[in-house]
Amino acid sequence: MDSIAIELRGIDKSFGPVHANKNINLKVRKGTIHGVIGENGAGKSTLMSILYGFYQADSGEIHVDGKQVTIRDPNAAIAAGIGMVHQHFMLVENFTVLENIMLGAEESQILNKGIAKAREELKRLEREYALEVNPDAVIEELPVGLQQRVEILKALYRRADILILDEPTGVLTPAEADHLFRVLEQLKSQGKTIILITHKLREIMAITDEVSVMRRGEMVATRKTAETSVEELAELMVGRRVLLRVEKGEAKPGDVKLSVNGLTVKDGRGVTMVDNVSFNLRAGEIVGIAGVAGNGQSELLEAISGIRRAVSGEVHLNGKPINVTGHVDPKDLRDRGLAHVPEDRHHVGLVLKFEECENAILGYHHDKRYLNGVFLNVDAIRKDAEQRIAEYDIRPPNARLKTANFSGGNQQKIVLAREMERSPDVLIIGQPTRGVDVGAIEFIHKRIIEMRDQGKAVLLVSVELDEIRALSDRILVMFAGRIVGERDPDATEGELGLLMAGVEGRKEAAE
Amino acid sequence: MDFFHVIVVLLESTIRVSVPLIFAALAGLFTERAGIFDIGLEGKMLGAAFAAGAVAAITQSVWLGLLAAILISVALSLVHGYASITQRGNQIVSGVAINFIVAGSTVILGEAWFRQGGRTPALAEGARFQTINFPFADTIREIPFIGPIYADLLSGHFILTYLAFAMVPISWWILYRTRFGLRLRAVGENPGAVDTAGISVIWMRYRAVICCGILCGFAGAYLSLAMTAGFVKGMTAGKGYIALAALIFAKWRPFNIMLACLLFGFLDAFAIRLQGNPLPLIGQVPVQLMQALPYILTVILLAGFIGKAIPPKAGGVPYVKER
Repeated sequence: MDSIAIELRGIDKSFGPVHANKNINLKVRKGTIHGVIGENGAGKSTLMSILYGFYQADSGEIHVDGKQVTIRDPNAAIAAGIGMVHQHFMLVENFTVLENIMLGAEESQILNKGIAKAREELKRLEREYALEVNPDAVIEELPVGLQQRVEILKALYRRADILILDEPTGVLTPAEADHLFRVLEQLKSQGKTIILITHKLREIMAITDEVSVMRRGEMVATRKTAETSVEELAELMVGRRVLLRVEKGEAKPGDVKLSVNGLTVKDGRGVTMVDNVSFNLRAGEIVGIAGVAGNGQSELLEAISGIRRAVSGEVHLNGKPINVTGHVDPKDLRDRGLAHVPEDRHHVGLVLKFEECENAILGYHHDKRYLNGVFLNVDAIRKDAEQRIAEYDIRPPNARLKTANFSGGNQQKIVLAREMERSPDVLIIGQPTRGVDVGAIEFIHKRIIEMRDQGKAVLLVSVELDEIRALSDRILVMFAGRIVGERDPDATEGELGLLMAGVEGRKEAAE
Repeated sequence: MDFFHVIVVLLESTIRVSVPLIFAALAGLFTERAGIFDIGLEGKMLGAAFAAGAVAAITQSVWLGLLAAILISVALSLVHGYASITQRGNQIVSGVAINFIVAGSTVILGEAWFRQGGRTPALAEGARFQTINFPFADTIREIPFIGPIYADLLSGHFILTYLAFAMVPISWWILYRTRFGLRLRAVGENPGAVDTAGISVIWMRYRAVICCGILCGFAGAYLSLAMTAGFVKGMTAGKGYIALAALIFAKWRPFNIMLACLLFGFLDAFAIRLQGNPLPLIGQVPVQLMQALPYILTVILLAGFIGKAIPPKAGGVPYVKER
């Protein structure tokens, strides 16, 4: 029990001027689940990539089962018994499960010989770990949960004893995540060692035996999970005390600001993504739309904000219709008091090659105060940008810096500052904290609540159920393009999870 | 009989003009399936044709000519590989550059070496490929229907012709039934999956590019050692681009490639056949229109008649380990 499966000694790695890992020491006990947490950019993924041979450490040693090993490439890692389940699955989408599992471990030049053997081995693994999957299914036709299972099987097929999982629950429904945890428990009971990388504290508390915390490239602490708390871990991650639960008072809903009626949206392939959706959004309330990614939330946001044309339905803003089935000018919507923080800030919200101050006025550049006749009033733009940088604590505080050089959290603050500062009547926010670290999340959440308290109507779409539950005054759950239920924010996670998986919703609709 | 005879002749010349298309399109299949777009098929084919013509003229050996064609074509492929795999350059730019370099340098070198206006000297019999006649071809020819098919359609082609058609199932087998093929297809779809499986993405892609070079070498050698007896400047005349169109038209699948190439070859043969002969009902058709037909058809077909052609996902994107 007490033997060490993996020991890292003094791992150091820099990418140019970025010191990603500073003298990291880590011991992982055999047959345990060891969590590694840290904010985005803390160096967790870099460290694991070094362990998997994807990168080489500048200095330091790796010991597996007490023996020092050199891991120059993934081959060496596989040989040392290390397998990895990547955050973005490393699967060939138009290959079958079997082909993906065989890739790189085919045994012979001609495939036929290896296929029978692989099939048999796969059956054995299925039996042993209760990991069922049809070997002839094509990856792109499988749900995400099963794709992840294929990744795990890939590692087991290569006889991995140590399994690294990088943010494994990001794409899963709560039910799928629970199932994954049961699988991990099962693997642990069979003597496998598991390293779980995540930024979700709840997962760490739920499943790990020990946990190591990284902050800004350093390993700051290792704790026994039973002897620590969420609060302590959060503090270790951020380096200061963090409010995990946002304080918010009762909502005082006012008039209907945005009403959506029978909205139906199809995607480019003609598939119905939003199916006859109706709801009202009132002043002074936050309505959260929960759901697993890809159930129509993105298309709903796009249709309301005038980016995507709807097939049918009506949307009213402040009582006046928005022409959602025809041409909508987003500028017109802005003038009428609708602000939109898009889900994908990199593609829709920002021009990464622009300076911060240029992004800070994007979409509002027609505003008289930024213009000098036909020219931009650069001084006014910079002055405004600097003021907002101070208010929203955007770091580094440099309005002339290229936007790509800000961290995810600060980029998100740039977008939020731009959209919130106009004091819109309706604020539509997609994934406000995706790729944003804990410290910034706290700030962003506070701002959203403030908007509500000022009597603004906020529509919040997020795939993070915790976030939806923490902020919303009402929760609508979307599944397969439809709103399958409305719940209070104190609904249990299990209840919402079933709705998100479409289980409860079908029953409700049938009744 | 007369109509039947016309059909046989037409199909026979279809096969003849399809061969370089099949070689070149299969060449493109190997690189593009590995994620390297190759607009330089034209240039490689032309370079190979020149090398074949020149070496065969000097050595009087058809086999040395073929070897030279393959070597030059592989060398050009490696240039494309170095630019687009190692240096992560733009694959289209690199391919176009190769086309231009070859188009110019073959003429300059040809003129400098042989002084025949960019041609290579006409090849004598031993220095070019001869047609192979199947046994009893002449006796069976008299049997109606089967006779002409055997004697004119199946028999009497160059060895490279048979090789081209044999390469279709062989390429399929390599791509879908071998480890090399599995990895090659994977590297064109998700190089990250290949890298994490412990396989070198770079080496895989280089090997694909070399396969492409070899096949383009055959295509070029066929042009100057079989179809004609020597190299003529610009003799590929856009065949590399037609092969590329056939590749896309065939959705990157070997057997579809053969059919697409035969279709384009047929149109070409048809155009040649029709020159000066009025079409029934329509009358005289300008030669230029007939010659443009394969290209017009490609545009029409690609514009919507074949459904969506989905290229390999990682096509055209240099592989960089994500940071």
